[in-house]
Amino acid sequence: MKTRHKTKRLLPLAKIPSGISGLDEITGGGLPKGRPTLVCGAAGCGKTLMAMEFLVRGAVDHNEPGVFMAFEENEEELTKNVASLGFDLRTLTAQKKIILDYVHVERSEIEETGEYDLEGLFIRLNHAIDSVGAKRVVLDTIEVLFAALPNEGILRSELRRLFRWLKEKGVSAIITAEGGDGKLTRHGLEEYVADCVILLDHRVNEQLSTRRLRVVKYRGSVHGTNEYPFLISKDGFSVLPVTSMGLDHPASAERISSGVERLDTMLGGKGYFRGSSILVSGTAGTGKSSLAAAFVDAACRRGERGVYFAFEESQNQILRNMNSIGLNLEPWVKKGLLQFHASRPSLCGLEMHLLTIYEAVKRFKPQVVVMDLVTNLISVGTEVEVRSMLTRLIDFFKTEQVTAVFPSLTLADSSQSEVAICSLMDVWVLLRNIESGGERNRGLYILKARGMEHSNQIRELILSRRGIGLVDVYAGPATVLTGSARIEQEGREKAEVDRRKAQMDRRQREIERERGVTEAKVAVLRAGLEARLEELNQEISEETLVDQVNARSRFTIAANRHADAQPKIAANGGNRIVEVIE
Amino acid sequence: MSLAPRILKRSSRACPATETWLLKLYVAGQTSKSLAAFANLKRICEQHIMGKYRIEVIDLVKNPALAKGDRIFATPTLVRKLPVPIRKILGDLSNTERVLVGLDLCPRQGPTA
Repeated sequence: MKTRHKTKRLLPLAKIPSGISGLDEITGGGLPKGRPTLVCGAAGCGKTLMAMEFLVRGAVDHNEPGVFMAFEENEEELTKNVASLGFDLRTLTAQKKIILDYVHVERSEIEETGEYDLEGLFIRLNHAIDSVGAKRVVLDTIEVLFAALPNEGILRSELRRLFRWLKEKGVSAIITAEGGDGKLTRHGLEEYVADCVILLDHRVNEQLSTRRLRVVKYRGSVHGTNEYPFLISKDGFSVLPVTSMGLDHPASAERISSGVERLDTMLGGKGYFRGSSILVSGTAGTGKSSLAAAFVDAACRRGERGVYFAFEESQNQILRNMNSIGLNLEPWVKKGLLQFHASRPSLCGLEMHLLTIYEAVKRFKPQVVVMDLVTNLISVGTEVEVRSMLTRLIDFFKTEQVTAVFPSLTLADSSQSEVAICSLMDVWVLLRNIESGGERNRGLYILKARGMEHSNQIRELILSRRGIGLVDVYAGPATVLTGSARIEQEGREKAEVDRRKAQMDRRQREIERERGVTEAKVAVLRAGLEARLEELNQEISEETLVDQVNARSRFTIAANRHADAQPKIAANGGNRIVEVIE
Repeated sequence: MSLAPRILKRSSRACPATETWLLKLYVAGQTSKSLAAFANLKRICEQHIMGKYRIEVIDLVKNPALAKGDRIFATPTLVRKLPVPIRKILGDLSNTERVLVGLDLCPRQGPTA
């Protein structure tokens, strides 16, 4: 028996998905199944909404009907309040998926005499649970009873009994409680609900509020112990765990154009990796937004969708300004390929911005995103907060395989903003002003590009009516020249080349001429030579003739003397000299 | 003692409707508290509003749906439906003085704590 008991306890704690995005990741699966969970926090921190979302998600997504026992708001108010989160309680109650039960407790109506218990409440709850077969229960906020009932002793023992009863009943419950006096709850409810305690917090920092959630305790389960920011938006409650998303996002080998041909060439000829994060940093007016817009334009040209988050300019302003450099983004907006989300950073807290971005990306499913200017967000939070937000954002983009460009402002001679986020980025394109010769020009170079070959050259970024162009800067032995200095230098160089070419031509012509003269001379000499040769031949033939005549006359003389030896005449006769054999 | 005629307990003598006291006693099963509450209520009514009252005893174990109507969360609870305003008294009604105060049968002395 004992061993069986042991093996049973080794089973992991059963959990039910809370349905609240992010919370299940922190708690490793959700809230403890069949056990009560205490959600505590100060007034207005979202306890009721969280509890309500737990019920509604259960009823809608997991087919687990629920009972909401309200002590503070009546059914009417509750229905109205959560309608703003998109929960249609009226329909859900009509479908018997959720029961709302308002327990009205009014101190002035109540007189206590003698012994009593909360059996009435138990019966009511039991009846509600049984009538819909509820699996989830919310008690919001049971502490109201402490104010209404003077006899705390009875109340405490009854609450203890209630929570035990809930456990026996096997319903997963959320009990909300008000925090206070430095304790988790004003009346120490955490003593009774010991399985899981979640603390909600609402802090205002520099006039901007941030909501935070922390799992204080989760008996029998590991859980994230950090404070996680959360949001209440029109789509409900969402917790944004920083570390919940592991680094296991896909890494695509596909390359997409940066929108500037020459920049693609600099990036190994193919552009950025799909799903990578690109930091485009530079001082004011270096063309960060223009590069980003070119990127979006290229994406839309390929038929992809893009979202442009603007924290500085309005949509119309961006459209107009980009027109001036030959980027006409308006057709993409009209075609529904490009969306603008323009808002001031100080409009809401970082978390709200993050959520807006999450939602826009989830809904529109873009392939590319621009966050113009990401550094503006620093005005909303501290650097640490912004960094943590961006970490989450980048992780999110990577998981969604969204290629994101982050234009980022750097102050002159300072790189503080870059330090905060550059390590998160895959590609870092640095734009800078190059001042020389009384003018300012834009220089561009790639500071880092993970996983790809990239150029180490500084290029000059030229923004003109015809678009964005990159040209080689003049990199001389001692200096780098841009702008008109570069053009001037290039002119000088061209003149030099021309001059040298002309010189060469001239020398070539000279040699040609010389060649003519020489050849003429050669002809004359050759003619003389030939004349002399001819003369020589003439002499030779004359000589031969003389020889022949002499030979013949010698033959004749010999014949006349009756010489005994007959001289031979050469066989060939003719011009040959006749030899006399003695 | 039994709660046999549970649903309706009417006093023997008829009285004008305007003066009728309508009292509902909500209990959860026949516990000792329920029984004590009923006995105490009966005694007090007989002593103070004899003939002008009507007591309904509602057992929530048998009729759980009725708890919601009068916003019952504790038992036993005595609800004075008539005359208005509605008043609620929790407990087994053992403290007669408090019951009388709760039912407005004797003047309140200062705020009830």
